[in-house]
Amino acid sequence: MTVSIRLRLFLILALATGAVWLSAVVWIETSTRAEVERVLDARLAEAATMVSSLISDHRIALGQDGLATVPIPMGRAEGYSRQLSCQIWSLDDGGLVGRSDGAPDEQLTAADAEGYSRSVVAGEPWRVFTVINPDLGVRVMVGDSLAVRDRLVRDVIEGLLLPAAVILPLLGALIWISVARGLAPLDRLAETLRARDPSDLSPLPEGPSPQEIRPVRRALNALFARVAAARDVERDFTTYAAHELKTPLAGVRTQAQVMRMAPDAATRDAALRAIETSVDRTDRLVRQLLELAEVDRETPSHTATDLPALVAETVAELDMLARSRAVSLDCDLPAERCTVALNPFLLRAALRNVIENAINASPRAGQVRVALRRGPDGLRFDISDDGPGIAPDQRAHMVERFVRGPSGSGSGLGLAIVASAVERLGGRLELGQRDSGGRHVVSLILPG
Amino acid sequence: MRILIVEDDEVLANGLSVGLRLSGFTADRVATLADARAALETSEFEGMVLDIMLPDGLGLDLLAEMRAGGSALPVLLLTARDQVRDRVRGLDAGADDYLGKPFDLDELAARLRAMLRRREGRASGGLRWNGLDIDPATLSGTRDGAALSFSRHEFAILHALMEYPGRVLSRAALEERLYGWQEEVESNTVEVHIHKLRGKLGRGFVETVRGLGYRVAAETR
Repeated sequence: MTVSIRLRLFLILALATGAVWLSAVVWIETSTRAEVERVLDARLAEAATMVSSLISDHRIALGQDGLATVPIPMGRAEGYSRQLSCQIWSLDDGGLVGRSDGAPDEQLTAADAEGYSRSVVAGEPWRVFTVINPDLGVRVMVGDSLAVRDRLVRDVIEGLLLPAAVILPLLGALIWISVARGLAPLDRLAETLRARDPSDLSPLPEGPSPQEIRPVRRALNALFARVAAARDVERDFTTYAAHELKTPLAGVRTQAQVMRMAPDAATRDAALRAIETSVDRTDRLVRQLLELAEVDRETPSHTATDLPALVAETVAELDMLARSRAVSLDCDLPAERCTVALNPFLLRAALRNVIENAINASPRAGQVRVALRRGPDGLRFDISDDGPGIAPDQRAHMVERFVRGPSGSGSGLGLAIVASAVERLGGRLELGQRDSGGRHVVSLILPG
Repeated sequence: MRILIVEDDEVLANGLSVGLRLSGFTADRVATLADARAALETSEFEGMVLDIMLPDGLGLDLLAEMRAGGSALPVLLLTARDQVRDRVRGLDAGADDYLGKPFDLDELAARLRAMLRRREGRASGGLRWNGLDIDPATLSGTRDGAALSFSRHEFAILHALMEYPGRVLSRAALEERLYGWQEEVESNTVEVHIHKLRGKLGRGFVETVRGLGYRVAAETR
């Protein structure tokens, strides 16, 4: 199943926008956390230093025994400042000499040295700054619960994500509408095509259109032109066929009237013979019209075909015609079997028409020879005769439908059938060649 | 009445020439435009039957060429394409008449006669001179209520002489009217036909102008 362009574009745009948004969130989270760490670490150090100096100035008095802890004012216990906890430990006996409200009793860090350290107090991670005041013999520790830092960062991210949750559906709707608007030219083209009459093959009107639609329109117009040309050929073919059938009919009718009017038997006999000729030729014309239609319709299916046998059969079929014109007809075939996969109907139609033409073009006592051999360029069927051949300037023209040879006696369809059949067989046709003896040769060359 | 038939179908062209000859015309036939041009240059015709599709081109092209060259030869087009559009095209190209295939030979002959008559500016097909009426459709005549019949050749000579009364036609000019190229010209035939005509119409109807040819005598009634 294919997804509609609109849905596909929407999904691509929505996913891309979501991905950009998410990476922005990750980035902001990382940088916010780093900044929060830096600022809060600085505050820890500042607070520890401040407490230490306050003790030195005796603004804060320290109880001498560890139980009389002194509450150290560290601002109001609310918001983010609440977590800042301070402990003052004696260097001499290691007892707690002072602490801020809410600070844990447990020592904030096991580290003895001054500076930053990390620890776990009562199962919670802490960040601690330690200052040693040698004058008073105390160690000042100021710590932050990291859970609070995490909450701070989380709040920032939440502050970003909350509007996103509202904006994203809005953005989705906008993308959906924009995609629809962007695809409007395509919809218009589809609508134009839908509204057309099926027989209307005129090109789509040139007009201002997006660059992306232009190749589509060009391709459609080219297709319309090809179909229109094919339809015209069909129409011309019908006109020509009607002409070709009406002319012999007119001949028959006229000769029939001549028979009725003729005062003498000789004229009547001549008219009767003319009628017979005309009927025979019309019959051949109809046969060839049907054959051409069949060749055009035939699919190039492949059947293993014994070529020498096929040639011999076709030649045998035309033996009567050759005899009636006192033309000798023979074949020059390879002795071994030569089996090729092709459509035998097409090959037979091509051969029959070429041989028939050769017989008709031959003078009395002439010779028509059909040779088959395998050459470097494929299978070669050479049909030679003693006729006048086809003038070079007429060769290209002769394969067109209803174009007659110089004798003017044919239907003008024979070579058209041959050309069409050979094309469908994937081969080619060579007209008007001469062999070493100067005889006229028509060659069919098939791949294989 | 000598007609040039331009038609490439052997059977039809043969039927036309034989049929038209039996109807009192003299007919010559050619199968290509090139032969038709040559025939028009070398011989005199009074009408032409022209096929549209010919091996070396369109009959309409020859027609346009003739009209451009100032020829007023009456032309009847023959074609298988019998659509109104095609008829209009043919008539516009300068054709005098048009027949679709297949056609009736009698109709073709009648149309040819009408065409020739129109060219001569006459309303009826017959000719009248000195009390004799002749009808090309039947190759017969009447005088004083008595029917007269003529052979094809006799009628052709009589028709030629009566067409322009008083004009002298040479023996060669009359032979030209009698024979197409395919026909053998026998010596004395014109004299023989004139002799027979005088037998039917009386000695004085056709005059011999010594050294020049023949004409119909002046009207006596």
